Amino acid sequence: MTWLVDPFADFVFMQRALLGCLAISLGATPVGVFLMLRRMSLTGDAMAHAILPGAAVGYLVAGLNLGAMTIGGVVAGLIVAVLTGAVARFTALREDASLAAFYLISLALGVLLVSLKGSNVDLMHVLFGTVLALDNAALILLCAITTVTLATLALIFRPLVLECADPRFLASVSRWSGPVHFIFLALVVLNLVAGFQALGTLMAVGIMILPAATARFWATSISGMLVVAAVSASIASVFGLLMSYHAGLPSGPAIILSAGCLYLLSLGFGPVGSLFTRAFPRPHLDA
Amino acid sequence: MITRRLLLASAAAAAMAFASPALAQEKLKVVATFSILADLVAQVGGDRIELVTLVGPDGDAHVYQPSPADAQGVADAAVIVANGLGFEGWMDRLVEASGTTATIVTAADGVTPIAFAEEATEEGHDDHEGHDDHAAHEGHDDHAAEEEANAHDHGAEDPHAWQSVTNVAIYVENITKGLSAADPEGAATYQANAAVYLAELTALDAEIRAAIAALPADRRTIVTSHDSFAYFAVAYGLTFVSPQGISTEAEASAKDVAALITQIREAGISAVFVENIADPRLLEQIASETGATIGGTLFSDALSGPEGPAPTYVAMMRNNLTQLTTALGS
Repeated sequence: MTWLVDPFADFVFMQRALLGCLAISLGATPVGVFLMLRRMSLTGDAMAHAILPGAAVGYLVAGLNLGAMTIGGVVAGLIVAVLTGAVARFTALREDASLAAFYLISLALGVLLVSLKGSNVDLMHVLFGTVLALDNAALILLCAITTVTLATLALIFRPLVLECADPRFLASVSRWSGPVHFIFLALVVLNLVAGFQALGTLMAVGIMILPAATARFWATSISGMLVVAAVSASIASVFGLLMSYHAGLPSGPAIILSAGCLYLLSLGFGPVGSLFTRAFPRPHLDA
Repeated sequence: MITRRLLLASAAAAAMAFASPALAQEKLKVVATFSILADLVAQVGGDRIELVTLVGPDGDAHVYQPSPADAQGVADAAVIVANGLGFEGWMDRLVEASGTTATIVTAADGVTPIAFAEEATEEGHDDHEGHDDHAAHEGHDDHAAEEEANAHDHGAEDPHAWQSVTNVAIYVENITKGLSAADPEGAATYQANAAVYLAELTALDAEIRAAIAALPADRRTIVTSHDSFAYFAVAYGLTFVSPQGISTEAEASAKDVAALITQIREAGISAVFVENIADPRLLEQIASETGATIGGTLFSDALSGPEGPAPTYVAMMRNNLTQLTTALGS
């Protein structure tokens, strides 16, 4: 058991990495589950691209300042989310195409701004945050965003579930359909911003979506999926950090690949709708 | 009258500063690949040259991507000054793409190269065998693999030769030769400028040696995030340990960080330096975990802007020396 406990007992940076990852696992996975249920899994990826230039601009304006980068990322993400939603609701363009258009514009604008600034400081380090270097400010931010996410999800849980199941019904019985949608997109943006502090923008999408897809093979109810997703993300975090410690792998990819392995295992052998259960269905009168 | 004279003077100054086309035709067009070389070229060339710098202050030449304007600058240049030793991996492509006919001066010609990151990696190996009882063998393999990858990126030799002042004297001589060949009329000026600057470098070299000789023998190991200091280490007798490989693109694993923390704890290293182009958050984390103090900023691959502490090569080396001796002497 020492290989499991020692890294976290001996090194504060490992404890911080673990705390940060668990916070993301709790906050981002429910958002991921709802993205999946609403068939918006790729929205997370697009949003990550929309956030990246905002964070880069924050960095160029204020340097390696957590506040500026976070605000930049959130602002860029929210602008894209609001514009996307507005275009989808008020014009003939569908939401997916609208999102694709705006995130591409945002990404191009960010790359342009970065190159205009000229000096090519190692932005990779900044944009691909490292989970091994979480300072107090980053940890507080992560935990705060997780708290806000869970509280908000609890408040909008019912309309959100309805919106997943039958958005037209929700719109017909309640005027909360639009606001709930925007609040949900804001949560997506917040969690991606939280994630890029620790894992980097692209990796942040991974910890959001992969556990949600994993959960699909384990539970039929939404609450069941939420629990399985959070648990599998936590397992992936611990396992990825241990891989990074013992095998010398970069930590972000190690965590996401662990989540990926869990997904592939579930895809093959999960109890609900996996390849195994489809190949060997149980007899109907079994019970 | 005074106003008019003032106006004329300022117009002339503006013309000099912005190198108006009329004047520019008489000047030798020189491209320097990055800010440190640009300073050396400017010291030798003085106002006889028009200088374009590809990777400016605080920029990272490892990940530089040439823009069309840069290619234009290269195409127009009479002389291109590059570091060599594989530092500018993108240089050959840029020269070819721009179709330039410029003379290429390799500043590091004649420098005795140091094989890649021997010191730092050697330290890392010792550490793995000594302290890392979890997976010493795996660690070995990983490092060997990393070394190979790095060597592939850069070539087999460490290109950061300017960290030794003696090497920079060679740089200056190469630059002087290159400029003189391209502009024979200016040769005397270049040589005079170079002589003045070389005297300054000799004084700087002596200053660094004296300051480091004054440090206690057991306080000569530093941790910094980018191991560009191999030449400094060899020339002046300090040891630099790094948490990351030589490339700023490499991401440290938890294992590397843990090994470094163990090493700092056990070797009692007291100074950790944040460098101007790598992730400072990682170092702050390591410093807070080991109780080592964070030193100031060391400049390795790029100068600072004119307002910063290292606007020229000499200022950069003085800044580094002050930072090192302050942290190690305390």
